[in-house]
Amino acid sequence: MILDGKAPTGPIETTWERHRSDMKLVNPANKRKYRILVVGTGLAGASAAATLGELGYNVEAFCYQDSPRRAHCIAAQGGINAAKNYPNDGDSVFRLFYDTIKGGDFRAREADVWRLAQVSNNIIDQCVAQGVPFARDYGGHLETRSFGGAQVSRTFYARGQTGQQLLLGAYSALSRQIRAGTVKMYPRTEMLDLVVVNGEAKGITLRDLITGEVRCHAGDAVVLCSGGYVNVFHLSTNAMGCSVTAMWKAYKKGAFLANPCYTQVHPTCIPQAGEYQSKLTLMSESLRNDGRCWVPRKREDVGKPPDAIPEDDRDYFLERKYPSYGNLAPRDVASRAVKEQCDDGRGVGPTGRGVYLDFKDAIRRLGEHELRERYGNLFEMYERITDEDAYKVPMRIYPAPHYAMGGLWVDYNLMSNIPGLFVLGEANFSVHGANRLGASALMQGLADGYFVIPYTIADYLARTKPGKVTASHPECRKSIEDVKAQAKRLLSVRGDRSVTDFKRELGNLMWHNCGMLRSNKSLSEALSTIPAIKEEFWQRVRVPGTSAEFNPQLENAGRAADFIEFAELLCRDALHRDESCGGHFRVEHQYEDGEARRNDARFCYSAAWEYKGEGAPPELHKEPLRFEHVHLMVRSYK
Amino acid sequence: MLDVVNEDLIREGKEPIAFDHDCREGICGMCSAVINGVPHGGFERTTVCQLHMRKFKDGDTLYIEPWRARAFPILRDLVVDRGTLDRLIQAGGYISCHTGGVPDGNALPISKGGADYAMDAAQCIGCGACVAACPNGAAMLFVGAKVAHLAVLPQGQVEAPERVAEMIQAMRDCGFGNCSNHYECEAVCPKGISVKFIAKLNREFLKALILAKTGPFKSSD
Amino acid sequence: MQILMNSVVRKTLMSLTGIAMLAFTTVHLLGNTLVFNGPDDINAYSAGLHYLPTLLWAVRIGLAGALAVHIFFGLMLTLENWRTKPHKYAVKRMLKASFAGETMIWTGLLTLAFLVFHLLHFSFRLVPGSVPAPDFQGRFDIFSMVRDSFRSGPISLGYLVAMAILALHLSHGIQGILQTVGLNNEMSMPWVRRLGKGSALFFFVGYGVIPLLVLAGVGVFAG
Repeated sequence: MILDGKAPTGPIETTWERHRSDMKLVNPANKRKYRILVVGTGLAGASAAATLGELGYNVEAFCYQDSPRRAHCIAAQGGINAAKNYPNDGDSVFRLFYDTIKGGDFRAREADVWRLAQVSNNIIDQCVAQGVPFARDYGGHLETRSFGGAQVSRTFYARGQTGQQLLLGAYSALSRQIRAGTVKMYPRTEMLDLVVVNGEAKGITLRDLITGEVRCHAGDAVVLCSGGYVNVFHLSTNAMGCSVTAMWKAYKKGAFLANPCYTQVHPTCIPQAGEYQSKLTLMSESLRNDGRCWVPRKREDVGKPPDAIPEDDRDYFLERKYPSYGNLAPRDVASRAVKEQCDDGRGVGPTGRGVYLDFKDAIRRLGEHELRERYGNLFEMYERITDEDAYKVPMRIYPAPHYAMGGLWVDYNLMSNIPGLFVLGEANFSVHGANRLGASALMQGLADGYFVIPYTIADYLARTKPGKVTASHPECRKSIEDVKAQAKRLLSVRGDRSVTDFKRELGNLMWHNCGMLRSNKSLSEALSTIPAIKEEFWQRVRVPGTSAEFNPQLENAGRAADFIEFAELLCRDALHRDESCGGHFRVEHQYEDGEARRNDARFCYSAAWEYKGEGAPPELHKEPLRFEHVHLMVRSYK
Repeated sequence: MLDVVNEDLIREGKEPIAFDHDCREGICGMCSAVINGVPHGGFERTTVCQLHMRKFKDGDTLYIEPWRARAFPILRDLVVDRGTLDRLIQAGGYISCHTGGVPDGNALPISKGGADYAMDAAQCIGCGACVAACPNGAAMLFVGAKVAHLAVLPQGQVEAPERVAEMIQAMRDCGFGNCSNHYECEAVCPKGISVKFIAKLNREFLKALILAKTGPFKSSD
Repeated sequence: MQILMNSVVRKTLMSLTGIAMLAFTTVHLLGNTLVFNGPDDINAYSAGLHYLPTLLWAVRIGLAGALAVHIFFGLMLTLENWRTKPHKYAVKRMLKASFAGETMIWTGLLTLAFLVFHLLHFSFRLVPGSVPAPDFQGRFDIFSMVRDSFRSGPISLGYLVAMAILALHLSHGIQGILQTVGLNNEMSMPWVRRLGKGSALFFFVGYGVIPLLVLAGVGVFAG
């Protein structure tokens, strides 16, 4: 099937305005008759719930954490982009639009990206009004800094905690609505099924993580803001609880999952230290402004203390390979280069999976004090984790999975192919194409939640009668039974391997076969191994406790089961996309210099997969991408 | 570390220990445990999830306990219910602004000092260690940080009197105690938030009490 | 009266009544210094205080009121605070809290007990043997009363201990006052702490020196 994103045509500058005036509205008095279920309360979910509640809808919001303030958006460090052009350095909506399209390696829908760039300015205003303490200059005006993939300074920030401050802003707006009674908040609940009635999304089934109660909430629309899925890899920078589950359940109820193979790997993370480590921590990209990446030139030098390796025996590989960009090569390129050195047996650190990020020259040039001013908090964080003083010995870094560009397929209205199911933020596939630029994730989450969904959801609701489905509907009852049955199945295996054990096995496989570099061979191998893992999981997993209690092991088991199934789809998508683009790098398709080689003739589309039942292969639907305002070209930062 | 203990327990067929955790990088505020009598373990600016076993000697016995306070009922093992912190924010820890229809971000200059001060307060991660450490189970540092963050910004000053009055009332309603200036909260705060914000909270309250033009204390008198 | 349930209002009342009593403590100390000039000055001062009975009683009633408020809210806050921790930690280590801070309620109550004794002793003079003959001008002889009382070792020791307890109470109380009424910030904080401890020491020495000198029998107390 050829999918239609329903993006308006015509001059792109006015698409969103025209579309907004074409959409239907819901009368204020009728709004309270509609119940909207918002799953997830990160930037997208919290901002959507707050805004919809404020408009007068009856909103119920759900999150698995103990408070909506803890979603993983909180860990974003760098900043948020906006085309404000405050520094007067030539920025514009078009430039932000263009950079985002190009950064995504021409695999996103133009109109969506344009809208994102357009509302980016409103986001900054909104956040300032909420009291987000963005950095200010001495004149009291907003400060910006530069980020990867852009030639202008358009990134607004609040120290190294921008994500936290934006999330707390959205959380405060949400709190205000909870107090006003327009939003009812259900923390510590996990969505475990989507209820579809007559082809429309009308509710969710969830498990109360405290009591273990499984119940169904019916509504007139479901807004899914459940984040990304890179925890499918072992050791990502995502939080422990981030999962594909909500997305996967929707997929199994018929929602298309698009471009799952687009995952982003961030080059500068603190390397793994031991087998028991549970996750990786990111170090801001900005460190590469002053740090130089190197590994020993000779393999026999590996293992020596860095001081013992003379200057001539050091290989500053990024500077060698990319003389013009040097250490500031783009994320995907830098990540691959690091991996290449380590695969060559010249990686450093106890595991051999790491390269040095050396600040010695910067200290000589700028002085330790200046460096402390610039990166003090990052060095402190590094020291806390590794117990090493990066002012004296070089940092060690290694790439780690970080963000999922793929997600549930949505049209221009952010509605999936199931009417009534809207998907926002990282959970959808819409704007980042095959690679996301720094400081764009926060922008997308808030754009979707504050400025897109309030308009587009009305267009759907205006066409549907409120309260058609209640929690006593047979579909709801069936869904509850299904969820209970799954829990029962997990508990009844009573095997001898822990969930973590399986998760690690799957994650390692995915990381090695479907991580930074993918090939026909590695993907086929993964595709043949995953079913075996799945089978073993259902025979040997051990989930202690019962389902009628607070049972984190049961939660994790359910998530792991979904990850196993999802991993197969990810590999399948990666295998089918026989080209390299952005974060999806197929070793078969590269230029001599190692740049990704796209195949626009065959793959200039978004791949949306439809679930066809247990055991049956999913069906591929294509949404062709048309580029009318930018020209397809080789993405090069040289 | 608790992961490892739990894996062992599962392998031995025992019930694992329930504990809260999520981001594992000290920012989400989910993790909560009192280690050897100090919330988060007592290493400067460190949350439990960032606390490494190398900080302890081999053979050391660790006492791990949950947050203990009336306002934080224990759910299971090390997991407590911190919903009262959300209720405090809902009592007024926000600026009432509609989505859309707000002025340009640069329309209202904010001094660098003011922005920095607000950021110092705003970096609270809401973990509740301050309450856990306080012998009185008070949430003054948590509330003080929020009140100070919003009161120093011009857009937050409009509602400042109502906010401070309502948040203090909410502290009482939620079962938090009263500050008696021990400053244990500051000592354990993983973000190093200063008790100067408690002084600011008191100052804001008394200012509101004395200067109130309309009745910001309607709800409390 | 809902406003009196407010935590900050209560603590501010504690602070303000604390300030009133601190003022009294200071004036009392200044009065005490007259004892070093010998009987004449201090007896004259004592008699002088009674020239304006209305003012004296106004101050007395005011102080008694302040004391009552201080005690009432002190007890209320403490009892409330005790109820916020239904379960105690098996192991609890304090990082910043001081001994003085943790024992406020006890040092407060002990100081109250001392105050009662002190009033019975020197104001109502109900303690046996504490009423001397009038001085040569026919005034009440405060000087002799104090000197004779403090010549008893146990009495002096009791007063010294009481002053130490008061000093502990003040060392936490004075800095707490400034924090509670919001007159504290990052720069002033270390100074406020020093001020609290310094003034506590000052009061201890100021009050404690009298029984010590009496016991030692030096200066005006000789013979």
